[in-house]
Amino acid sequence: MTDAYDVQAIRADFPILSREVNDKPLVYLDNAATTQKPQTVIDAVTEYYRDYNANIHRSTHLLSELATRGYEGARVKIKNFLNAADAHEIIYTRNATESINLVAQTWGRQNIKEGDEIIVSEMEHHCNIIPWQMLCAEKGARLRVIPINDAGELLMDEYAALLSDRTKFVGICHMSNALGTVNPVKDVIALAHARGIPVLVDAAQSIYHMPIDVQELDADFLVFSGHKLYGPTGIGVLYGKRSFLEAMPPWQGGGDMIETVSFTEGTTYNEIPYKFEAGTPHIEGAIGLGVAIDYLTNLGMDKIAAYEHEMTAYGTEALSAVPGLRMVGMARNKASVFSFTMGDIHPYDIGSLLDEQGIAIRTGQHCAHPVLQRLGVSATARASLALYNTREEIDTLVMGLARVRKMFG
Amino acid sequence: MTIDEAQDEIVEEFELFGDDGDMRNSYIIDLGRKLPPMPPAFHTEEYIVKGCQAQVWVHTDKQGNRLHFDADSNAAIPKGLIALAVRLYSGRTPEEIAKTPPDFIERIGMSKHISSSRSNGLLSVIGRMKQEAASALKEES
Repeated sequence: MTDAYDVQAIRADFPILSREVNDKPLVYLDNAATTQKPQTVIDAVTEYYRDYNANIHRSTHLLSELATRGYEGARVKIKNFLNAADAHEIIYTRNATESINLVAQTWGRQNIKEGDEIIVSEMEHHCNIIPWQMLCAEKGARLRVIPINDAGELLMDEYAALLSDRTKFVGICHMSNALGTVNPVKDVIALAHARGIPVLVDAAQSIYHMPIDVQELDADFLVFSGHKLYGPTGIGVLYGKRSFLEAMPPWQGGGDMIETVSFTEGTTYNEIPYKFEAGTPHIEGAIGLGVAIDYLTNLGMDKIAAYEHEMTAYGTEALSAVPGLRMVGMARNKASVFSFTMGDIHPYDIGSLLDEQGIAIRTGQHCAHPVLQRLGVSATARASLALYNTREEIDTLVMGLARVRKMFG
Repeated sequence: MTIDEAQDEIVEEFELFGDDGDMRNSYIIDLGRKLPPMPPAFHTEEYIVKGCQAQVWVHTDKQGNRLHFDADSNAAIPKGLIALAVRLYSGRTPEEIAKTPPDFIERIGMSKHISSSRSNGLLSVIGRMKQEAASALKEES
């Protein structure tokens, strides 16, 4: 199935993967926090500053034209990557978090009223909880929560039962950062749409693991961060259906988001997407993200997904042989995340002792306190895969955990 | 034993491990296990030391002209490192605590071997101990 997938050649595209950490070859398994960057992305950011740094949209000179072309060209690449209907439905933000806040502060403030309900799931990252809590507090609305089972799967019946005439919005993660669960977002959306309720999909974790088609999902909003998609930090995306984006008021005011400005006649706003992009944006970030998308498109998201699926199955089995290891999150549909505890060894100790062996993982609560509370753990160690991880690295992790256990005697 | 001698003793112990990181870590874990248990009453917000991912507590008790420290962590490595700080500083006078920098961290090569967040935890604990010593000195003067 993955004959054409040459992981060693792919690894060679990512310069950081050949470095050492604590005198050991780096085994980078903290991809759910951020992914590493291919040389082409690093080069694109450098080239921008070396060859055509200029502000976009407003100047008549060549450099500005080149910068604008790079920035807007990346928007088209993102549109194609998501199969959006129109590049104007792609709004640049700083990250997934800012994208969600934008929706909460514009669509939300415009449409949510006292007594209304917003639904999220128990496995959300805090970025898809707090903006809605803030909105609910401001409006006197109520946040309802779709529960999960012990395996970390969404309870769809409970979700269906939560939907009512009071429900005005649904926010759902496509994939859980803490557990790796992949949610049936298409079904979540269909159930909400049957009642005319719009849905926002937090695709921060899924975007780099699987192909995503916003039209096929029929998502009203979909958000992700560039840095998890092998692109630069500080650039994120909000996809929104044109009809929603056009009806929404602007969020931040400033340059580029206006059509005309007058102290006497008032201000008229620019069209989408510019209405939501006040001030000089993260130009090289957008360009770098576009190049990251080129890289992924060239490899093929379906091939990446198939390879990672194999690695996830391999890792799940390899880790199940580690004495005392308890996998947290055992969803049937799960991708690339191993969240676990090991006996009564604190995850912090696991993380720092693995670090000495050159193995980078995340430990703690993963900005998702409610889901860990639900599953009865205070913290976990989390190893997470990306397109460049290998069987050998998973083996190194397993051996590393054995060493940690031995140190505890 | 003077406080400087106590510090030298810690350094000598760690020299035995050479480059064997696993042995050194097992030893640190063991030191944590041998740390006298902290009374549960001190496991409160008031005694939490910030700056470490794991929970860390330090309680100070002044007996005569000496400061006694009880400390604990819910993670093993921080607890072992804290045990070293307790061993060095607990039962000493505020002057001794104030004038003795935690050289052992550098001398046993811990700043190289130990990740920043972990040694920050240790440094935060030592920071708290030195703060307590400074306020005791202030009271005396």
